[in-house]
Amino acid sequence: MQIYLPIAEVSVNAFLLLGLGGIVGILSGMFGVGGGFLITPLLFFIGIPPAVAVATSANQIVASSFSGLLAHLKRKTVDLRMGLVLLVGGLVGAGLGVIVFNYLRSLGQVDLLVRLCYVVFLGIIGALMFVESLRALQRARRAGGVIPAKRKHRGWVTALPLKMRFRTSGLYISVIPPGLVGFAVGLLAAIMGVGGGFIMVPAMIYILHMPTKVVIGTSLFQIIFVAAFTTLLHATTNQTVDMALALFLLVGGVIGAQFGTRIGVKMKAEQLRILLAILVLAVCGKLALELLLQPSELYSIANPGGN
Amino acid sequence: MRRLLALLALLWLPIPVEAQPSVVEEDVVLGLSQSRVRITTNFDGSEILIFGAIRREAPTPDSELDVIIAVAGPSTPVVVRKKARRWGIWINTEAAEIRSAPSLYAVASSKPLSEILSEQTDTIYRITAPRAVWTLGSEKEFAEAVLRIRRDQGLYTRNESSVEVAEQTLFRTSVSMPANLTEGAYRTRVFLLRNQQVVSDFETVIDVQKVGLERFLFNLSREQSLIYGLLSLAIAIAAGWGASAAFRILNRG
Repeated sequence: MQIYLPIAEVSVNAFLLLGLGGIVGILSGMFGVGGGFLITPLLFFIGIPPAVAVATSANQIVASSFSGLLAHLKRKTVDLRMGLVLLVGGLVGAGLGVIVFNYLRSLGQVDLLVRLCYVVFLGIIGALMFVESLRALQRARRAGGVIPAKRKHRGWVTALPLKMRFRTSGLYISVIPPGLVGFAVGLLAAIMGVGGGFIMVPAMIYILHMPTKVVIGTSLFQIIFVAAFTTLLHATTNQTVDMALALFLLVGGVIGAQFGTRIGVKMKAEQLRILLAILVLAVCGKLALELLLQPSELYSIANPGGN
Repeated sequence: MRRLLALLALLWLPIPVEAQPSVVEEDVVLGLSQSRVRITTNFDGSEILIFGAIRREAPTPDSELDVIIAVAGPSTPVVVRKKARRWGIWINTEAAEIRSAPSLYAVASSKPLSEILSEQTDTIYRITAPRAVWTLGSEKEFAEAVLRIRRDQGLYTRNESSVEVAEQTLFRTSVSMPANLTEGAYRTRVFLLRNQQVVSDFETVIDVQKVGLERFLFNLSREQSLIYGLLSLAIAIAAGWGASAAFRILNRG
């Protein structure tokens, strides 16, 4: 069944869109990532114009994250207080990110910088998570299946003022680190056109030392607002949000997210992390190859104004 | 079956488009299977049958008659970027703006173009795709890139020997419009040639428009972009909540 998309102005198969949305939804529910870093390149691949792909995936992320969040709220695995602190930082970061983005676009190199951002951040985060989860798995095996207690050394994070109690996460830390994490994620999210979950999740685990189960729900909570903000911004400034495209992606996505959440609950935290690490590294590798290998077509067409 | 045939016959009925009066001896009377392409939600490309007859007062000349049909989508300026290797990675280094390039360009002819169209005639009438992409001489490689990319995307096509000419008076061909069609007026030109010279030409317009829901969403996104954005978010939230609620009910039952 072919569907003509009114804003993207291309005709695509509806089941293909539902499938794409579904896969990304499953990942979203499992890992607490919005899936923007996956769905945006996938949309490029099926022939959606890049500007429309970026804006529309933000809209689809809102839906799948909301669906996932509701499932997590029911399990009480969302630290709302932490989410709000992250969100405040995130919105400030996103606002600044949009200004940076427009400046880079005026230089004509935004495409390259977005790609470089992806490769660098996905590479670092993927590698770190992979090594760390592998070690954790080995430790767990040596200890006879018992996961060792949390490390007590929290370093500089505990030394800062403005302490606040985050009961759901079992933390008593300063609001400055979560605020800064939120800010950095918001900044990158606006530049890279994603929700930022793949940066947020490792940051919460490794910098804030939040329990993995709480991390996912809290990340989804923050992503919804950042993605909604991005969607509105794209819709009003570039008019590149395709409602029909978003509808098919999100119908697949919300169903996928429900399954993903169920799969995520059944799996061990280390296994979950190692899978996310592999996924992140795979996307990173593909983008890096595109930068390093000679493209078959050296020229590309871009319409002035970005539409 | 007979009813189906009758319906088909009706569909093929020409929409007559009168040729403008001119001084040439041979005139084109053109018919289109549809003069308007309506982009609906399930639009998946369209085939347009272009056919016509040649009206002449004098007896048929001895030389052979050739027909070229060119359909051009709306022209817009485009920016073309060129990648080069810098510090080990491939980045955009050069850019040029092509002043005008049609979104689609389909040429159909009764014989291979090299046999029936001279370089000079092509320059005057701007018949083939390279003549339709307007640029400065210094940006030739960028214009060629536009031609190459759009040809690979199936937007610029050349169908040689696809126009059937019968008895030097009747001709027909079909032009396929791809699924990724943009809106606008598609300029359709018919050229009659003898001895590589254009003896008559005729022009009409195929109107490509979004209709129904497509039209509504497109207009809303342009005119009421804030409402459009909020509506998109509302749909997203509703879908997310709906799926969650549906699964809760499924789990209970």
